[in-house]
Amino acid sequence: MRAFTYERARSAAEAVAMAARTPGARFIAGGTNLLDLMKLEIETPAHLIDVNRLGLDRIEPTADGGLRIGALVRNTDLAADPRVRRDYGVLSRALLAGASGQLRNRATTAGNLLQRTRCPYFYDTNQPCNKRAPGSGCGALDGFSRAHAVVGVSDACIATHPSDMAVALRLLDASVGTLQSNGEARRLPVADLHRAPGETPHLETTLAAGELITAVVLPKPLGGVHLYRKVRDRASYAFALVSVAAVVQPDGSGRVALGGVAPKPWRREAADVELPRGAKAAAAVLLAEARPTDQNAFKLPLVERTLGAVLAEAKG
Amino acid sequence: MTDPCQPQISRRDLLIASAAATATPAAAAAGPQELAGEAPAQATVAFEVNGAQRTLTLDTRTTLLDALREHLQLTGTKKGCDHGQCGACTVIVDGRRINACLSLAVMHEGSRITTIEGLGAAETLHPLQAAFIRHDGFQCGYCTPGQICSAVAMLEEIAAGIPSHVTADLTAPPQPTAEEMRERMSGNLCRCGAYANIIAAIAAVARRGT
Repeated sequence: MRAFTYERARSAAEAVAMAARTPGARFIAGGTNLLDLMKLEIETPAHLIDVNRLGLDRIEPTADGGLRIGALVRNTDLAADPRVRRDYGVLSRALLAGASGQLRNRATTAGNLLQRTRCPYFYDTNQPCNKRAPGSGCGALDGFSRAHAVVGVSDACIATHPSDMAVALRLLDASVGTLQSNGEARRLPVADLHRAPGETPHLETTLAAGELITAVVLPKPLGGVHLYRKVRDRASYAFALVSVAAVVQPDGSGRVALGGVAPKPWRREAADVELPRGAKAAAAVLLAEARPTDQNAFKLPLVERTLGAVLAEAKG
Repeated sequence: MTDPCQPQISRRDLLIASAAATATPAAAAAGPQELAGEAPAQATVAFEVNGAQRTLTLDTRTTLLDALREHLQLTGTKKGCDHGQCGACTVIVDGRRINACLSLAVMHEGSRITTIEGLGAAETLHPLQAAFIRHDGFQCGYCTPGQICSAVAMLEEIAAGIPSHVTADLTAPPQPTAEEMRERMSGNLCRCGAYANIIAAIAAVARRGT
């Protein structure tokens, strides 16, 4: 691990001011992803700003009937919150499908959104990777690509976004609150947080340098049946090959989002319209732009079948 | 009569004795090679470990795991993968189980940390330690301190009503069933494959409500 200096911030305003005056600084909260990458020298910050003590660890109701989730709420606490379990079950389910008990106890809401891909070519510094070393090429395109993305990909990168939580947040039309380095707050939809890889897969989010996520805001509850189904190589503690998040209403209408298949939580509002017609129709819209490799083409029928199972479960 | 469940010599004493018997002249301890312009930074942190207040001045890169093992000589906590995948380094911080390898020591100012040494000793075993012996919940024993710290906190998570991936009804209190415990212990790997006996040991303690 490269050497770094360290300081603790006591407020969000102080944290962004620290970041603004220290080029190359990174915020650290749970550290479960950043520290892992620092050990491998994939992340090499010269300065860490500890944001664990900003007081952003509460879940509060909003004026319009939703919830404001502090950026530092741990994954365990978010999944266990009685309001989330009752009104946003798909979010609890997605969180509990991810990582291990130990990791969920440390990982934060904002950190989960900003975690980086687990593509093995990104992790292996001996391999080419346009995300880790821009311009070096993509080892996955002609390599071992069974777990990689099938939609939203580019010729430069086919890595997936690994989060389960983000899929549920995208489904729920959540938004992200931030504090920018000039001290001004802004809100953006979770849908706009992650970039498509295009020619610049190393640019993963639309956040500016030194911009700090302070909260995630959920709109008022949708009602309906909340389901999150994750298909993976082990029964527990593994990343998704395919995951389906859905909220289905008694009349068969609803919404659907996918994990494990794209560089960002994947939703196509046009697919929601097809849901009453069944999994085949909805999956066709979700996967219309699919560009699978030979090794991960199995994910296309797997999406349709997993969605079919979810819709059958929703009917009871 | 000696209690077959009470070890007469600790594993650590045994290892120290056997290491001494085979010791070769030690090489001079070599620190990590520092690259030019990257002088290591130091920081001071104070936290409580197993009830004792400790203050350490450390290279900022020191993980909580290395602080416990290398600076406080609490070698019960094990380093397995060092990447948060195996759970051998599980300790309890402010009542929550975490991977000590994926946390910087300097981030734990004011924390209360419990390691396997703080749960019990050879003469005063924690109920889960006794249950692991009684149910043969290990072979090589390397993952065991992490398994036990994890299980202690895991049972408290169930008691606190925290749901899991296999909890059928998110709005009802979870129960300490074998299915729940298997799912909740998935962050602790055992390469000897002692899982069946590990679950038996944890279940025995869960039934007694301790």
